[in-house]
Amino acid sequence: MNTTTNTGGRERSLQEQRARAAFWFLAPMLIMLFCVAAWPLFRSIYFSFTNTTLSSLYTGEWIGFDNYLSRRELSSGRVLWRGTLVDPAWWNAVWNTVRFSVVSVTIETVLGMLVALVLNAEFKGRGFVRAAILVPWAIPTIVSAKMWGWMLNDQFGIINDILLNVGLIDQKVAWAANIDTAMFAVLVVDVWKTTPFMALLCLAGLQMIPRDIYEAAKLDGIHPIRVFFKITLPLVRPALMVAVIFRMLDALRIFDLIYVLTPNSDATRTMSIISRQNLIEFDKFAYGSAQSTLLFVIIAIFVALYIWLGKVDLSGEGSR
Amino acid sequence: MTAMDYFKKTAFYFAVLVIVVVAVFPFYYAVITSFKTGTALFQVDYWITKFDWTNYISVMNGRNFIRSIGNSVFIASTTVAFALLLAVTASYALARVRFRGRGLLLMVILAVSMFPQIAVLAGLFELVRFLGIYNTPWAMILSYTIFTLPFTVWVLTTFMRDLPIEIEEAAIVDGATPWVIITKVFMPLLWPALVTTGLLAFIGAWNEFLFALTFTASETQRTVPVAIGLLSGASQQEIPWGPIMAASVIVTVPLIVLVLIFQRKIVAGLTAGGVKG
Repeated sequence: MNTTTNTGGRERSLQEQRARAAFWFLAPMLIMLFCVAAWPLFRSIYFSFTNTTLSSLYTGEWIGFDNYLSRRELSSGRVLWRGTLVDPAWWNAVWNTVRFSVVSVTIETVLGMLVALVLNAEFKGRGFVRAAILVPWAIPTIVSAKMWGWMLNDQFGIINDILLNVGLIDQKVAWAANIDTAMFAVLVVDVWKTTPFMALLCLAGLQMIPRDIYEAAKLDGIHPIRVFFKITLPLVRPALMVAVIFRMLDALRIFDLIYVLTPNSDATRTMSIISRQNLIEFDKFAYGSAQSTLLFVIIAIFVALYIWLGKVDLSGEGSR
Repeated sequence: MTAMDYFKKTAFYFAVLVIVVVAVFPFYYAVITSFKTGTALFQVDYWITKFDWTNYISVMNGRNFIRSIGNSVFIASTTVAFALLLAVTASYALARVRFRGRGLLLMVILAVSMFPQIAVLAGLFELVRFLGIYNTPWAMILSYTIFTLPFTVWVLTTFMRDLPIEIEEAAIVDGATPWVIITKVFMPLLWPALVTTGLLAFIGAWNEFLFALTFTASETQRTVPVAIGLLSGASQQEIPWGPIMAASVIVTVPLIVLVLIFQRKIVAGLTAGGVKG
């Protein structure tokens, strides 16, 4: 009797000791994250309700929702609406961002899956191919923007040269500069750069499927395409859902590729680009803060919906 | 083998060929371009015709390019070292100790790593100005923590979960404190994971553009991506494609070499962050 209470007490104190240690282990990281993430986020949101300017950060006054939307009645009786929410440039940026994200992530998912299926087959030189597709992933975004900017150059670019030789176009196209093709150019570069990431995540999902399932399906004489949709896809779905949301979040905040490849083009100006322009370049610090806050809200709503509707288990705790 | 089998096999290897060519060609073309000067630049070639090192020499002799590489190396390594230091103990607590709110905490950490960086730009700008580190490497070291720290914590947590419980139990029976367990028992087992995580975080910090662009003002403080992004010629119309490509090749080759050496580990780290996570 006596011994059992003794060990019980020791176990509890051990548990307490571990919990205390855990607290001290977590504290530095949490303090750091508070300083670089929570506090700046709070300040950015606060700035969006003031009229702060870049040159005097501390003299801004509280102006409520005026940066978002304000209504003013002129003496003539005409009503003026002002603020981000009635700014066509902002809605253009929202539309560009959504269009870019949906199209690029869809293409990347399909292509990534195809590449993963190829890499999942056994063939000579598989290791070499896997190394090769890591190259676009390893190249810095700015560098790939410059490289493609040169390849897509209207006068001397190799893409125009190839397409002219093949006969797909009959005159040189200014891919990045032309307003009709700028978005297409950005999409091409983004797909090239991030499909490898998608392919590797899909491949990891594919490799977790036991091989004997396929053998059983083969014995039953089921068509490979049917096998893909009935067996492979449902089994990689959890991995795919996580990969898609990671890519989607990345696409919604895109900045660097567009800043370098198609600077100042209305056809590709995204939410991140327009907020930074207002924040830093146009000296509309508070207005830019309002736009960045809206971007944050849009992304937060999207993530919440996605996790809720897709029942995605991001923490990995459920499977353990 | 039937004709159908031959056809399938050819189609498969054709797909493999297309994947490899599309993945590698743009970099290969950058290498070709970097060896060309003058009017040769405006001629489309598919092979290297002659090795002309002029662009490389002009980039390396350029006012601030070496300085930018130095900045980037210093910033990325300091950021990663700092993040790993904080992440090892934190991920031990997250992976090995049961406490209330652990799942929620993990979700918050993941959320921070997926944050749109523009949403904190205004607040960080104020913080950087307040601390007096605007236009110094410390502005980047501080701000990069927002993505390197959650990422390293997250990946190390998934690695640490997979370490066998028996080792830890044996250490506890021997009376080891959590600190001793981390430093003496887990660290030797964690080296591969630390290398992978550190490398991925390093690449992330090396490639970052938005903060580096916003928190630097003078050319001497620029990191490599900003230096390349803003590299311009004598006039607005004249973009120095040769030197840009040479600079691109210089900063990309070390990354590609690292990635090829650590290929398997990187794939493991990426998928630990994505699929299993």
